[in-house]
Amino acid sequence: MSHDVLLSAQDLSVRFGGVLAVNKVSFEVRRGEVFTLIGPNGAGKTTVFNLISRIYTPTGGRITYDGRDLTAEPPHAVAALGIARTFQNIELFEHATVLQNLLIGRHTHRGTGLLDDLLFTPKARREAIAAREKVEQVIDFLDLQHHRDTMIAGLPYGVRKVVELARALASEPKLLLLDEPSSGLNVEETEDMVFWIDDIRREYGITVLMVEHDMSLVSKVSDRVLAMNQGEVLALGSPAEVQAHPGVIEAYLGSSDDLSSLRRSA
Amino acid sequence: MQILQLLVSGVAQGCIYGLIALGFVLIYKATETVSFAQGELMMLGAFCALALLTVLGFPFWIAVPSTIAAMGLFGLLVERAVIRPILGQPAFSIVMLTIGVSYVARGVVTMIPNLGTDTHMLPVPYNDAIARAGGLVIDIEQMVVIGVTAALCLALFALFRYTKIGIAMQASSQNQLAAYYMGIPVQRLNGLVWALAAAVAAIAGILLAPITFVHANMGLIGLKAFPAAVVGGFGSLPGAIVGGLVIGVVEAMAGFFLPEGFKDIAAYVVVLIMLMVMPNGLFGEKLRKKV
Amino acid sequence: MRFLFKTDYDQDIRLARHGGHVFWYSALMVLLVLSPWLLDEYMLAQLTMVLIYSVVGVGLMLLAGFTGQFSLGHAAFLGVGAYTQAVMTNAGIPFPVALVAAAALSAVVGVVVGLPALRVKGIYLGIATLAFGFIVEEVFARWESVTGGNAGLHVKAPAIFDWKLETATEFYFLCLAVTVLCTLAVLNLLRSPTGRAFVAIRDSEISAQSMGIHLARYKTLSFAISAAMAGLGGALYAHMIKFLSPDQFNIIQSIDLLLMVVIGGLGSVHGAFLGAIFLISMPQLISQVKDFLPAFIGQAPGLKAVIYGLVLIAFVLFEPLGIYGRWLKIRTWFSIFPFYRKGMFKRQKSFQKSDRLR
Repeated sequence: MSHDVLLSAQDLSVRFGGVLAVNKVSFEVRRGEVFTLIGPNGAGKTTVFNLISRIYTPTGGRITYDGRDLTAEPPHAVAALGIARTFQNIELFEHATVLQNLLIGRHTHRGTGLLDDLLFTPKARREAIAAREKVEQVIDFLDLQHHRDTMIAGLPYGVRKVVELARALASEPKLLLLDEPSSGLNVEETEDMVFWIDDIRREYGITVLMVEHDMSLVSKVSDRVLAMNQGEVLALGSPAEVQAHPGVIEAYLGSSDDLSSLRRSA
Repeated sequence: MQILQLLVSGVAQGCIYGLIALGFVLIYKATETVSFAQGELMMLGAFCALALLTVLGFPFWIAVPSTIAAMGLFGLLVERAVIRPILGQPAFSIVMLTIGVSYVARGVVTMIPNLGTDTHMLPVPYNDAIARAGGLVIDIEQMVVIGVTAALCLALFALFRYTKIGIAMQASSQNQLAAYYMGIPVQRLNGLVWALAAAVAAIAGILLAPITFVHANMGLIGLKAFPAAVVGGFGSLPGAIVGGLVIGVVEAMAGFFLPEGFKDIAAYVVVLIMLMVMPNGLFGEKLRKKV
Repeated sequence: MRFLFKTDYDQDIRLARHGGHVFWYSALMVLLVLSPWLLDEYMLAQLTMVLIYSVVGVGLMLLAGFTGQFSLGHAAFLGVGAYTQAVMTNAGIPFPVALVAAAALSAVVGVVVGLPALRVKGIYLGIATLAFGFIVEEVFARWESVTGGNAGLHVKAPAIFDWKLETATEFYFLCLAVTVLCTLAVLNLLRSPTGRAFVAIRDSEISAQSMGIHLARYKTLSFAISAAMAGLGGALYAHMIKFLSPDQFNIIQSIDLLLMVVIGGLGSVHGAFLGAIFLISMPQLISQVKDFLPAFIGQAPGLKAVIYGLVLIAFVLFEPLGIYGRWLKIRTWFSIFPFYRKGMFKRQKSFQKSDRLR
């Protein structure tokens, strides 16, 4: 049974000073699936994302994307290859409107050069309208219409999370990296997120690689889950399999010895 | 022999740059704001000492501590009145604000009749004193600069290493909100840091005055202290002094060996080279945003 | 209250968004074109200076206000443009060619000055540009064979071979044309992917990279365009004041330029114009006010420094959005009266968290 692999990490490692943040992590993400990384804080999940986005350079191992080696690419080349990401702590462009943020998301699809931009040639105008039409589709998908012209600085946290997602979608990616999409969201917002991620996979055919802590979201939406702890792979499989894995339980809750000693002293 | 002489005067000049740079770095470490007013604070310190010594006739050993205390207080006032309200604004605005402060300081000083518009000599006990040691002519004024700088560095090192206040300052510079939660009086500390920086600037002014005389444009030397801070690494206190020494010595050598005009820009060429080769300076910290 | 009912995307893309825009800016253009006949010689000269500084200001606004790059030595570009224009005009080269050369040479210097920007940010970049400013000023002073050094350089009037632009009116129209072209160019940039890339770099470099924006290329571009405009402004400046010397392009001039964009309103093209008006009219205002002040203040040499300093401090403290910001607030107050709330333009206060890693 061969699966069409879109992204593969092979023995990925990165060291910061004395800390081995990611240690020989290997996994494959298949085209069209939702693949989730879970693990306690500090496990190295976001670091893996940053390695894929090329914000960090691995000290060992390789990343292969769509048949090509990603490991040495400069950070700005990643988006052009069809990889988009959201950030854990929201890195939106604060002093721009939602619309402008989404338009910037489409940067890799720009059809104009500097001269066209300076002179606002008819081509520039056509490109601007085409970009706007695409962005409006994303706005409709995520129900951001009434925030369209609002500055990010004036938006509540929940809406900003959605704008992060919108901006990533605006670039028409093949692979979407979502870093904790539901963190800080309330129950309703999280449910919306579940539907959106599912729609993204089904309607747009975008492959999703996600870091998530909310286990119900993970179970509802993921095809496969990779559990990490302290920079290493712990378990890989379906959500149910991984959540039942003893190593995973120990990483999250501590060992059964700890649990029983707690019970005894209680 | 002449090289040694040059070296000494370069080191002495470098100490002055280092002291002013120390002031910037103190403020930067505590509040991550850059203050372009240090040069003018130095100038004010020199004028204050001048006023106390000549106009009010204080003896030297009273005038100096009084100047330092007065400037410390002034630093505190500046922080309270002008810097505190704007914390949280982008760095660029804060820089412009401190430039505004420096303009006002310079303008006000030149308004003072007689005192502000002329160049004066600061009557220190060691004016023009010279010592001789085996063929070497030692300018006591320069020696005092080097000596006091060294002593001041030790004092500050002790402050940051061993006292609660020093550690609190470091804490509040790294994470203000957490420092608040720990009960650290962040705003009072910021005021203290500015007071300290102003006091250091005042000392620099008193040290520099016998060499360059006291005049309203003294503060422009402060601009050369920026290269010193960058060479040393902007977040590092010993770096500020080392950077200052590097700039001072390079300048002295450039003045002697290179054609005219190179001395004035030596500091700036050094800083550009440094930014190309070692952007974080000699002792600097790596700036990286964690996402 | 104005309600804009939008029916197509063009309305959002156009420079003039609605009837009011079209009306007022057209009226402004008409006034500007008629100025030589409406104003006396002195006021026309002042207006010409405002236009010249606006060109420089718009360029600096693009760099500092929209791309977020500190430029503390911007006068260097002004000087490169000025000296290039002077040397070429004195050699008989037609002024359009000289103008293009001035802009091009300044752009090249801009790229060089921008090189540190590719490696360092914020205050480090500011100090690098400061350093370049001093070095360029010194070069002007030492390269006597070309620039005349500290003795200065006379500048002939702009000319295309035998046709000279000698009257104030002719020169004014030249400046007006350059200003309009530069402003339109920048406005076009800002509504295009290039301009949005600049804004992205200002607000979050990491994010910008993740969107595919090549940081080095765009930062260099911003420096180049900004320097080119400063060079154009400098070229016109050379013809305006007719005599150049290196100390006209020193740190004080650089700070004046920054003052202009900060007080005008950082992050808006209007701000550049408002700042230029402020900068040119301040000396006149000070002279008027001087006579009302007691002698020891009014006649002191430090008065200009004190007033500039106080105004700068006041704006940063009380009106960080600059003159344009204040204008926006006033206009909003009127347009949504009586629903204006005090906190509408308030910046969110943030606790400082160090970005420095140890």
